[in-house]
Amino acid sequence: MLSGQSITLEQVSMEFGDFVAVRNADLHIEAGEFFSFLGPSGCGKTTILRLISGFNEPTGGVIRIGGADMAGIGPNRRPTALIFQNLALFPLMKVWENVAFGLEARGVARAERRRRAASLLELVALEGQGEKLVSALSGGQRQRVAIARALAVEPAVLLLDEPLSALDLKLRQKMRAELRTIQQKTGVTFVYITHDQGEALTMSDRIAVMSQGRIEQVGTADAIYREPASAFVATFVGESNVLAGRVTRAAGDEAMLETAQGGLAGRNPHGLEGGARAQLVVRPERCRLLDGEAPGNRLAGTVERLDFEGAFVSLVVRLADGTEVAAQLANDGELPRLKAGTPATIGFPPEAALLLPVAGDG
Amino acid sequence: MAELFRRLGAVAGALVLGTVILWVLFLVVLPQLFMVDMSLRPHLPVPEQGGPADVRSLANYATLFANDLHRGIFLRTILSAALVTVLALLVCYPVAYYLAQVARGPTAALLVLGLVVPFWVNEILRTFSWFLILSRNGLLNQVLMGLGLTEAPLNMGGVGAVMVGMVYAYILFMVFPLYNAIESLDRNQIEAARDLGASWPRIHARVVVPHAKPGIAVGCIMTFMLAAGTVAVPQLLEALPGGTNARWFTQVIYSLFFDGGDWNSGAAYAFALLVSCVIFIFVMMRVFRVGIADVAK
Repeated sequence: MLSGQSITLEQVSMEFGDFVAVRNADLHIEAGEFFSFLGPSGCGKTTILRLISGFNEPTGGVIRIGGADMAGIGPNRRPTALIFQNLALFPLMKVWENVAFGLEARGVARAERRRRAASLLELVALEGQGEKLVSALSGGQRQRVAIARALAVEPAVLLLDEPLSALDLKLRQKMRAELRTIQQKTGVTFVYITHDQGEALTMSDRIAVMSQGRIEQVGTADAIYREPASAFVATFVGESNVLAGRVTRAAGDEAMLETAQGGLAGRNPHGLEGGARAQLVVRPERCRLLDGEAPGNRLAGTVERLDFEGAFVSLVVRLADGTEVAAQLANDGELPRLKAGTPATIGFPPEAALLLPVAGDG
Repeated sequence: MAELFRRLGAVAGALVLGTVILWVLFLVVLPQLFMVDMSLRPHLPVPEQGGPADVRSLANYATLFANDLHRGIFLRTILSAALVTVLALLVCYPVAYYLAQVARGPTAALLVLGLVVPFWVNEILRTFSWFLILSRNGLLNQVLMGLGLTEAPLNMGGVGAVMVGMVYAYILFMVFPLYNAIESLDRNQIEAARDLGASWPRIHARVVVPHAKPGIAVGCIMTFMLAAGTVAVPQLLEALPGGTNARWFTQVIYSLFFDGGDWNSGAAYAFALLVSCVIFIFVMMRVFRVGIADVAK
């Protein structure tokens, strides 16, 4: 019977010579959770996966699966199964032999292996394909063979290393839904590695955003999008306008930031105090086009681009100092009559903007 | 062929094609036919050649099977060459696997260099080094006596010594086909098998060896052909004390040609050896289920 187990990382580090691939990672993944590591290539997310699966031993810290310390336990003896980026199916074996390989390694009799492989192939909607060679299957079908092969060993944790990256967009979206369904059906803990924020946001219960070996933020998709913990997260997950400056006045939950564009107000969840260097981030879809002399956050400049996207218009305004600021304006029937080069002013409410401390500034 | 002409033009294409045809005809087909013809004729004094006694028959081949000594040497040579092949495979597989999948960067380069350097030396000299190791006052005897394992030097000659020399002499012909085959195996497949709980023996049996089959077949074929066909190695190592029973079939052929002057029997014996080797190739291809195309890779 399939069921998930929790994963805990305590101060886990991984160094390759001078290169620090993972730096002091602290994390708890619940049993049965769909958890994603999201980050650009080289951020250390694949290294974390290899540490959890046991292909590498961390140079520091402890990894626990289901509460048990995994130090010194090889990948063949951990309750994990890894789905490789290129799937790594065995091309010389039939589909059912691929699926049953883990059972073969455990000494399960051939008849029983066949039976279990058939039921797993049914789970991934590949019934009747067992006698084929892997090379006779399509990309999406191979994907499902890889999932069935991994589930065959009844892992408590399924580790997935960007398995959808080789598929075309349509198939990728379909497989996302299927992965989610399989995860819910089996209750196995899924740890998913991706650089594609769309995948992470749509599938995961929670996401860890990574950059340069560090876990920048852990949270639900909604929380990460709404309350990014750093400018990196704000720009990597979705789009954000980032403006740098110095805090002039902090009062309650809000603070004023003095920037090259003048004073801008925003939420101050980190409790930044006067004089601190900070970055203000605001999502393009929270920005509006202003006319007249309304008070509040104003960014004046000239129109750089105006792209019609259908449901919305994407407006890019170049400010006096050359900074570009993007705004997404809903297409409510009355499109602004703007041409490149004409002056425009963008504004946003203080509660839509977030003040973040500048990295390395304490 | 059309591709050849399109790429090189009529003149250059014809030149290349003509050279290949001439090469195959004059250096492969005709000498073989000449040898086969010679093997079917009796060994006669020069005046009687072409006379009434000079009729084709299988008599020379019959001699090989009738002569207990020659038949024994022939069979032992084939068996020993097969054994040399198996030993070379056992020695080379771990080396090739390590080179192809484990060693990285400078270590791998150094290892390859270590394997290749001895092959800059001629085969006879390489074999002679084994003569030095295995001789009465040789390295091995001195080590054994130094350790007190034996009082007097041992006679190390014999079929065993010849086979050791051959395994060493042909190691590269086994290592490199294996290395090429194993190197093309996606490392993830090994890791996937391991991740699924497979032990190392199972990973090799189910993933690495099946993938490396064409390389194994090529390595075995080359090693067997070289081992069955060499004269130098047995000739040298036979001279070790105790090595008198280590005659190789090629030596018999050699002495028929050069000592006995009986080219007709020599040709028959050589052709019998060639046929045995070809049979071996087909058996290997059958056993490993590889086609000519796989081997040619």
